[in-house]
Amino acid sequence: MSTDSDTPDDGGPSQTRAELQARVEELESRLSDVEADTADDSDKMSIIATKGTLDMAYPPLILASTAAAFGYDVTVFHTFWGLDILHEERSKNLKLSSVGNPNMPVPNVVGALPGMDRVTTSMMERKIDDNDTATIEELIETSLDMGVEFQACQMTIDLMDYDEDDFYDGVTTGVGAATAIQDMAEADIQLLV
Amino acid sequence: MTQEFTTTETLDVRGENCPMPVVKTKQAIDDLASGDVLEVLATDPGSESDLGGWADSTDGVSLLEQGETEMDGETVYTHYVRTE
Repeated sequence: MSTDSDTPDDGGPSQTRAELQARVEELESRLSDVEADTADDSDKMSIIATKGTLDMAYPPLILASTAAAFGYDVTVFHTFWGLDILHEERSKNLKLSSVGNPNMPVPNVVGALPGMDRVTTSMMERKIDDNDTATIEELIETSLDMGVEFQACQMTIDLMDYDEDDFYDGVTTGVGAATAIQDMAEADIQLLV
Repeated sequence: MTQEFTTTETLDVRGENCPMPVVKTKQAIDDLASGDVLEVLATDPGSESDLGGWADSTDGVSLLEQGETEMDGETVYTHYVRTE
């Protein structure tokens, strides 16, 4: 190990000072670039919505509209059953499953009987109505008003045999996983629902 | 409680639940001019925390006052938000 680490470099103290000065200037210019970059960027949130049951349609829509109220640029990418949330007709008839949820007031063996999903769904719809909780349609319309971008995954549209016209006005179609990844990469908050 | 500000507009979201009090407050605020004060009437008990948090983290608004009052036989949470 060197014992003369305190001795100035060959160029002497003046050159060291010049180097430091140059380094400081370089860092200052990079800092101002970074500051300019971050100042331009508004906050972003990216949500991937994959579920289409009545209960699971709420979280992405509530978070999307609320984040928009906070000033976030929000993108919600709907894929698989999540697509039904954007489907104008199907979104009004989303179902609640009566099986697979131990918190349901009916045991699974009863829940599995024919027609039970309809019973639990109308039970939930009544609660939503009694409680004045916003409907799925209201949340979508409000979110669209607030500038939330809803994207319908093209691959799933084809898979489910849906038509672009089936979706609410303002829904973006013709997008895939790469678009979602790009949104997530740029986002401050990323959620999979 | 003395109010040292004048309410410009009132937003009545009584009966509405999360996320509507915050979402509609934001929409109402966007229609106001700088320095205006929005009064928000809500029955959602979560609105106190939600509107406070929203005003804290949102640029261009400040929460002046929050309170509770009885109106038509129910508890109403009042919020006063000023645009900047």
